[in-house]
Amino acid sequence: MKTKTKTILSAVLILLLLAAVWLADQLLPASSIVLTVLRKGAIYSLIAVSLNLLNGFTGLFSLGHAGFMLIGAYTYAILTIPVEMRDSVYMYYDGGIINFALPVPVALLLSGVLAGLFGFLIGLPVLRLKSDYLAIATLGFAEIIRALVQFDGFGPVTNGSNVLRSFPVFHSTLFPFVVSGLCIAIICLLINSSYGRAFKAIRDDEVAAEAMGINLFKHKEMALVTSAFFAGIGGALLVMFQMMVQARAFTSAMTYEILLIVVIGGIGSVTGSIIASFLFIACSEWWLRFLDSTMVINGFTVPFLRPGFRMVVFSVVIMFVVLFYRQGIMGSREFSLERIYQFCRRRFGKAGKEAENHE
Amino acid sequence: MDNLTYYIQQLLTGVTVGGQYALIAIGYTMVYGILRLINFAHGDIFMAAGFFMVYASATLPLYISLPLTLLLTVILGVAVERIAYKPLRQAPRMSIMISAIGVSYLLQNFATYYTGGLPRPYPKLPFIGDIIQIGSVTTSWVTIITPLLTLALVAGLVALIKYTKMGMAMRAVSRDFETAQLMGIKINNVISMTFVIGSFLAAVASVLFFSKYTTVTPTIGAMPGLKAFVAAVFGGIGSVPGAVVGAFVIGICENIIKAMGYTTFSDAFTFVLLILVLIFKPTGLFGEKTTEKV
Repeated sequence: MKTKTKTILSAVLILLLLAAVWLADQLLPASSIVLTVLRKGAIYSLIAVSLNLLNGFTGLFSLGHAGFMLIGAYTYAILTIPVEMRDSVYMYYDGGIINFALPVPVALLLSGVLAGLFGFLIGLPVLRLKSDYLAIATLGFAEIIRALVQFDGFGPVTNGSNVLRSFPVFHSTLFPFVVSGLCIAIICLLINSSYGRAFKAIRDDEVAAEAMGINLFKHKEMALVTSAFFAGIGGALLVMFQMMVQARAFTSAMTYEILLIVVIGGIGSVTGSIIASFLFIACSEWWLRFLDSTMVINGFTVPFLRPGFRMVVFSVVIMFVVLFYRQGIMGSREFSLERIYQFCRRRFGKAGKEAENHE
Repeated sequence: MDNLTYYIQQLLTGVTVGGQYALIAIGYTMVYGILRLINFAHGDIFMAAGFFMVYASATLPLYISLPLTLLLTVILGVAVERIAYKPLRQAPRMSIMISAIGVSYLLQNFATYYTGGLPRPYPKLPFIGDIIQIGSVTTSWVTIITPLLTLALVAGLVALIKYTKMGMAMRAVSRDFETAQLMGIKINNVISMTFVIGSFLAAVASVLFFSKYTTVTPTIGAMPGLKAFVAAVFGGIGSVPGAVVGAFVIGICENIIKAMGYTTFSDAFTFVLLILVLIFKPTGLFGEKTTEKV
């Protein structure tokens, strides 16, 4: 396939996708589960891809993602609550000490920047550590951030352990799609640049990469900051979706969940992470919901079904993937038009050749 | 004077908490020493032990329910190893760590499902929950028993590692996995034994822990688990005495910080300590030096 046709086809596909999302927005009622899945799936895609950049492409096993999301989420919420709402939100802290509200795009960008800054600071000590120590150190940092945000002394800024709300949210499903899409596109550009190749070299063999003249610390720091930046934006999008934010929710369990999404999608595959995010959200919010309610068929009560069973089935499926299907959905391959084209050509090759002969 | 009493009380609590962390930390440190795996599910095994006791003691008398709890926890620990870690022995380290996280997720979700997500009251154990008065300090027996029991168990464990054949095999496996195998050591038995010991100690810790905190929730294992892990790193992961020392240090410091009125920071302190240790002395207090092999 020619490069030009490929570009045009990709552009058409993306436009079609956006049009479909827009249509879904217009046709479905606002409370529709499909819209919830689409929105949350888009947000989780961004977060999962940003984690994959670290874990899958650079080989840094980081478990601090919830911390970066928390920073992004709080930055966004704190900076955008309208001035007239501050008194009611910060009711225990006399309206807080911040008396301005920034426009949404600026606040979104700042939430990424601040998360990235924290990523940079955390990276300075932590990136010297080896794999499993790195995992716990980043986990520890996420916990520290959570404790600090909930600290009463910072209440005038963070509202302590109380809920932040009343900040602007999005009403169109297109918004998370466009923002996530742009961010993921930037991550893809980075992965395909010479920096991205350096990341992969570090992942495959650190010592060899260093011998080839790659500055290990610089590149690891770059991967961590980028990942934190986009995790911050993802966190901000997530609270826009939830319409409120509380630090208590950003536990290590959240990081684990995102890590498991990355594993299901395939460590080292951007499209895999995206597919897995939508699947994960669709299953947990929609398709497997029935497992949580009692079901009676012809007077026979189906056993086991009661609240919580969904998560059990879910974790069992995840364990299966981890144990027996370690590649995940995509392995380290990417979903691409080229691949589908080649597949079709091989599959329907005979017909194709005949058509060519006719011409 | 009141103030002094208060601080002594906090210090005693610190020693108790330290003892409980120590018992959990041994499980982490031994598994890491042998498998080079951070067993993220260990905190949840501790939680499961709490629930086993809740359900066992609902119908059975204490002299049956207590040993039953210990036994079930050990079975759970070994089962987790057999099902989730053994198939991945040849896999890259990241996979097995992810598997551990998956197990943790599964155990927590299953506990939430089985209990309906409600906190369960822990049965009141006779004797160890009783209040005693020493001078002006009021405390319960569990405060006194925990550190003593911990030290006794650790002494037993150290003796086991040092003087028995199984202990020797353990040391050999942790030194060099493959050579030990070539020397005819049955690796799988050794690893199972490690999990038996770790889970048993976690179960003991859970009995001591919950006789004070009295409610069991599905996510309760996460925090003590993480802290015990930090203790293991602080003491030098792979070293049993190191883990115990680290656990006592963390338990005591944490309660001193709480006593000073900074409860929010008591958790954060643990992780600050972790990061300081990792920066300045990554091998911990008693850890072995490792050199990077190409």
